[in-house]
Amino acid sequence: MLLRVSNIFRMKFLSLIGLLSVSVLAAVLVSASPTLSQAQQPSPGVPAATSPTASPGLGGAVGTAASAFGAQTQQSGLNIVVLDPAHGGTDPGARGTGGIRESEIVLDFAVQVRRALELQGFQVVQTRQGNENPSFDDRSTTANAQRGAVFVTLHISSTGLPGTARVYVNSDLPAVANASGLIPWDRAQAPFLGLSKSFGDLVQGFLAQRFKGSPDTAQSASVRQLRTTAAPAIAVEVSSVTVEDRADLDRMAPGVADAIARGAAAFRPSYVVPSAPGALP
Amino acid sequence: MTPSWRFWLIGGLVVAVLAAAIYFPILRRRVKRAARLQQQSEEQARRELTQPIAINPGEPRVKAKLFWAADAIDSTLVPVTAELPLSNDPVLRSKQILNTLLAGPVDTELRTLPPDALLLAFYLLPDGTAIADFSEALATSIPSGIVSEQLAVNSITRTLEANVPQVQRLKILIHGQEVETLAGHLDLTGTFVVNTNVAQEPPNPAPTPAGTDKPASPARAAKAPASVLATLTADKAPGKLGQTESRP
Ligand SMILES: [Zn+2]
Repeated sequence: MLLRVSNIFRMKFLSLIGLLSVSVLAAVLVSASPTLSQAQQPSPGVPAATSPTASPGLGGAVGTAASAFGAQTQQSGLNIVVLDPAHGGTDPGARGTGGIRESEIVLDFAVQVRRALELQGFQVVQTRQGNENPSFDDRSTTANAQRGAVFVTLHISSTGLPGTARVYVNSDLPAVANASGLIPWDRAQAPFLGLSKSFGDLVQGFLAQRFKGSPDTAQSASVRQLRTTAAPAIAVEVSSVTVEDRADLDRMAPGVADAIARGAAAFRPSYVVPSAPGALP
Repeated sequence: MTPSWRFWLIGGLVVAVLAAAIYFPILRRRVKRAARLQQQSEEQARRELTQPIAINPGEPRVKAKLFWAADAIDSTLVPVTAELPLSNDPVLRSKQILNTLLAGPVDTELRTLPPDALLLAFYLLPDGTAIADFSEALATSIPSGIVSEQLAVNSITRTLEANVPQVQRLKILIHGQEVETLAGHLDLTGTFVVNTNVAQEPPNPAPTPAGTDKPASPARAAKAPASVLATLTADKAPGKLGQTESRP
């Protein structure tokens, strides 16, 4: 009898250890598997070729052909927000040790940002809905086809103080060549830098209220995605994928969504929408 | 008979599992140690490789400023002053200073560039545009993100600005290639302003010395470095580089 009791105890113990070792093995396998899909390079796009609005004669330019878009009857003023959940597909973006992937979290953030923006009366266009990876130029094309839009690209960083969020606008771009009134595709952001900064400062202000330790004003950085976007454009980057628990990031989503929506609403009156998509403001 | 057989079987299995449970952490530690050793030897090899450039006792020792991270979490840079024997030749000096930057600070948490990244080549064009060619590790080992990628580039440009006044703009190549971004965010298709005072001066035809590789338009070369770069990397993306050239 005693033997049987101890046997049962041992069997329980054994199965516990067995389960434990199986789960350890599974954890090792799971943590090892993402490294397999690591080798991914954003394809170097050829801007002129991928932009449907480019006029071929000028080596890639955002056309000011108002007639092509004139048919779209839209309300005047800022009414569209193009939301870009960055990365996706074979590009996971930043990855944390706990298996957190930037590409997945920004997609979840986008759902909440979209809802907050729609509550403010904005129409939201997303550059990706699922786990695809459109090129930088594809995403800019989505934005540049809209009239009266602002662009927000969402990111989760690898570094920085967890629980903070930063807004970036594009660094100064060299002067725009503009004898013909066309904006070169590869620096479409140049004429919008001032507006992007105003928009970015508004969003950053709301983020700073919510997330202590965040900067008070938008910073500038050479963000590739912003350069080819012909609209007031910002990047919002939340820190970071290094959090132990994914829930720490999920908890930030409503605050980030609210800050972006309030920032866009506050920016609305100061943005006089140009007469054609991609035209100078 | 059967219960005792079962007893020994289970007992044996328990012993095996326990032994594995004890052995597993030891194995892990060993693997980790081996990995660390390999990393160290790689770093050592790199140091040895860059030694002749990094330290040249013949050169006069000067106070050099290196920009590393202010702390492990914050994303700001602070200059660290070090006495280094630096050459007066701007290209050699740039190589020495960048290799020191890559080697990293004493506190490895404050490094801004991956420990396995190498500077493969460095050129300086007559108009002040420098081209730094780094190994692939710069792009693959850096933590992806706007904040981390910008910190890396800023540490390079600010360190060059503080130590090599001849460098006005910097183009970063990865393994000899022009790449779109460093690690998914920071734009490497253009040039970075290094020496703000000089680089933002209005273009003027005089400062480009004779022997420019673009004698046709020296004035424009000063304004649009991309036109000069086009001659170097034209075979890769002529259309793209052609576009970055700003028209007067
Ligand atoms: Zn990102």
